[in-house]
Amino acid sequence: MKINKKLIINGVIAIAVYAAVMGLVGAGALSRQMMSLITPICVYVMLAVSLSLVVGFLGELSLGHAAFMSIGAYAGGLFLIGTEEVLPTVVSIPLAVILGGACAAVLGVIIGIPVLRLKGDYLAIVTLGFGEIVKSVFNAMTGITGGAKGLSGIPLVTTYRNFTFVFILMLLVIIVVAHMVNSRHGRAVCAVRDNYIAAEAVGIPVSKYKILAFVVAAFLAGMAGVVYAGNLGILKPVNFDYNTSIEILVMVVLGGMGSIRGSIIAAVILTALPEVLRGAADYRMFIYALALIIMMLFNNSAFKKNLIDKKNLRHAEKLQKEA
Amino acid sequence: MKKLSKFVGLTLAMSLAAAPLAACADDNVFLIGGCGPLTGANASYGNSVMNGAQIAIDEINAAGGVQVGDTTYTLDLAFEDDEATEDKAVQAYNTLMDQGIDGFLGAVTSGACIAVVSISQQDGILQITPSGSAEACINGDNAFRICFSDPEQGTAMADYAIDTLGLKKIAVLYNAADEYSTGIQTAFEAEVAAKGGEIVASEAFQTGDVDFSTQLTTIKGTDAEAIYVPAYYQDVTYITKQASEQGIDVQFLGSDGWDGVLKTVTDPATVEGCIFTSPFCAAVDDENVVAFVEAYEAAYGETPDQFAADAYDGVYTFKAAMEQAGSIESADMIAAMTEISVSGLTGDPMTFEESGAAVKDVKFVTVKDGAYAYVE
Amino acid sequence: MDLINAILEQILNGLRTGSIYALIALGYTMVYGIAKMINFAHGDIIMVGAYALYVFVGVLKINPVLAAILTIAVCALLGITIEKVAYKPLRNAQPLAVLITAIGMSYLLQNVALLIFKATPIPFGSIIKVPSVKIGALNISGLTIVTLVVTTISMILLTLFINKTKMGRAMRAVSEDKGAAELMGINVNQTISMTFAIGSALAAVAGILYISQYESLLPTLGALPGIKAFVAAVLGGIGSIPGAMLGGIILGIIESMSKAYISTQLADAIVFGVLVIVLLVRPSGLLGKMKIEKV
Repeated sequence: MKINKKLIINGVIAIAVYAAVMGLVGAGALSRQMMSLITPICVYVMLAVSLSLVVGFLGELSLGHAAFMSIGAYAGGLFLIGTEEVLPTVVSIPLAVILGGACAAVLGVIIGIPVLRLKGDYLAIVTLGFGEIVKSVFNAMTGITGGAKGLSGIPLVTTYRNFTFVFILMLLVIIVVAHMVNSRHGRAVCAVRDNYIAAEAVGIPVSKYKILAFVVAAFLAGMAGVVYAGNLGILKPVNFDYNTSIEILVMVVLGGMGSIRGSIIAAVILTALPEVLRGAADYRMFIYALALIIMMLFNNSAFKKNLIDKKNLRHAEKLQKEA
Repeated sequence: MKKLSKFVGLTLAMSLAAAPLAACADDNVFLIGGCGPLTGANASYGNSVMNGAQIAIDEINAAGGVQVGDTTYTLDLAFEDDEATEDKAVQAYNTLMDQGIDGFLGAVTSGACIAVVSISQQDGILQITPSGSAEACINGDNAFRICFSDPEQGTAMADYAIDTLGLKKIAVLYNAADEYSTGIQTAFEAEVAAKGGEIVASEAFQTGDVDFSTQLTTIKGTDAEAIYVPAYYQDVTYITKQASEQGIDVQFLGSDGWDGVLKTVTDPATVEGCIFTSPFCAAVDDENVVAFVEAYEAAYGETPDQFAADAYDGVYTFKAAMEQAGSIESADMIAAMTEISVSGLTGDPMTFEESGAAVKDVKFVTVKDGAYAYVE
Repeated sequence: MDLINAILEQILNGLRTGSIYALIALGYTMVYGIAKMINFAHGDIIMVGAYALYVFVGVLKINPVLAAILTIAVCALLGITIEKVAYKPLRNAQPLAVLITAIGMSYLLQNVALLIFKATPIPFGSIIKVPSVKIGALNISGLTIVTLVVTTISMILLTLFINKTKMGRAMRAVSEDKGAAELMGINVNQTISMTFAIGSALAAVAGILYISQYESLLPTLGALPGIKAFVAAVLGGIGSIPGAMLGGIILGIIESMSKAYISTQLADAIVFGVLVIVLLVRPSGLLGKMKIEKV
């Protein structure tokens, strides 16, 4: 990998964030409310970044991201319960995370098959349908998942006390996605997004890349699900519904589709802000809805085009002067 | 835009400042923390609990507070929204711990309560849930509950249906996507079978369903003498109406989620004669109940439901535990919990087992001439 | 005999929900067929219709017939407004942007209703009073018959409108090729506005019948029927008006049958399973035309 300025800056930011959080927790400077937010923020960053791979880069709408998360959460949660007495947490957590991701990836492949044939509106509706199917199945499998009562008693192994592990996992997700986007694969994925037919014509195996993006996103969301499970201790199918998928989507959209950094920032803010503004929850979804519409209108407005034109113009002038 | 950022900044600053302020509050205040859904689809439950608790606190403070040893404590309530979700409940609980609460009244819904119990246990704080009815809600030495557990309710109704009403063949219609409904259904079916009755149909539905005609048609095809619907009143509204449309005219039995059904049915005749378990009925002619209902109506402009009554009893349980323990340390109060007897709105007397369960009589409510009444 | 009777009754139950799906699907398929976008907010316009009727009849005490007409007008206007404000600026944008906007709109309508009317269901008695009909041992609810009749009339009128009127021809032209239609002197904006107006008016009718059937108002009441109606539209062949009706009724019966004889818990899963299978095996649906993608 080529070492460049951007990479170094990102590395420094990551280390600074880690040090700041560890320092604050160690010094006891954070309130319990703040500490209980640490893991959820990491979980949502992982989810938003993984979804941005599908929405931002592949340009397809997935309305079932919460389903991937739930598969990971249940698989990881069951594994953690089963191995609580047998394995030390140092071993069981990474295994649970891998297992959760793998199970979600399997579902990703299953969903990936229709993905080969569908795109746009139909694909969105199918992912929505899959999300509902997964939820119904978890509800119906009372023997294994506890059904509607939920799966409780999952050992709390990914709370803020295990921040180092959660943080590394989050970085891993970000790096994987960033690498995919900036690699040959990533450029192919972008080509598929920008012009499907042209991409196919120049010999890019469109189906392969679509499936790849879907499966990787599913895997990462499944990992996030395991962290979610280990932080909360209880899982219920209703918590992984359409609304959760939409919340993750809002993060990706507000972060600026296609921008990993934007997704991260949006995930942090949208997870922390409702906590700070407690009691205003009735307005939250209302504001999210408005934000979605306004972002889309703004992205496609003449106003934004003008801004970009001006920026390009300035850039061109600067280049001219330098020359 | 400037205004908005100022507002956000101010709120941030306030929320940061609030934590240390509350922690070093007046020493003679016993701060009860509570959480429940104040917004979203289940908002009415959380608001009822918050209001019911406040009525009890005002009453106790007006009567001179709680005498513990030589000190007199006044009570105060800090209540946070948890939107009836697990993650928000954990954060609400932690926010309250930052404020330095002395006891925890919550959570209101089962899932949220289970999530909180796993943490509150480590803190060792006395937790009394007014309405968390799933069995796992009181997993922890520190946790107690005011309401009946789901299985207790199902078993009680099965006993009543077979022993008192003399029913033999019963159909069940329950919400398979809801922990409360499935918890009651499982226990009910087991008890009916144990008593020699027969479950002739066990039909499920999902949260958000509005059409129950398929399930009702199936039930109609059996020789059921009664239909047991352990569910919330919104579902019951659809079910009873569609049953009457299909000409089903058998005895309806229900769980305490039925409380409130009269305000959502368009025709009270559809629920006339039904019988459901409920710990509290605002219409009953009892001195304490009347006083509570009047105070509640004066303060909040609506009739209190069982959630409000559970919370009211919860606050009085805190008071009894403080007095019995002679201390406001959670460990002492927890030890005192099994020794107290509370004369509450939902049970008189009401005592507590070491497991955390409340011991009190089950009450049955019916709809008579379009109004709630206790079954004689 | 008992079994046959039971099956017949379950088919009738399927008709009860299916006829409403069919009515919603008519609007869905029309908007999709002409504007080429999934109007996620379509289901929520049903909800707006139901609440509007409640406000007119329950709160303002207006005569039910007049109230129904007002409700239809309100929804038609709402449809036009939504299209003008949110969808029109995105007509040349990526499909993804339009889809996200439509989802945002759906959420917006739900949450505005939530803020105004709160989450507690509001009981609202039916304004349509029709006695049920008895055929042998079978009991057919009057409302089911009304809904079926209304849906059939709507389907016929809509087909005639699209095939026989000038505006209908314009709609078909816009559906085929917006650019070419514009060159032929068709006012594309006006045509699409009209499409949304009709689609939303149909949604209003569905809202009125829905609320008469179930008598309870909730901010989210349109979401699930909306999605199921979309599945129905796909099943029937998106863009095909008779297909939407057929799809709606078949879907209602599939749902009822799966609840009765397979599993109530998996009924929704089966409905979505049908969608996936149709899309994979015959993407054009039962009555739709196969299309080849052009560059």
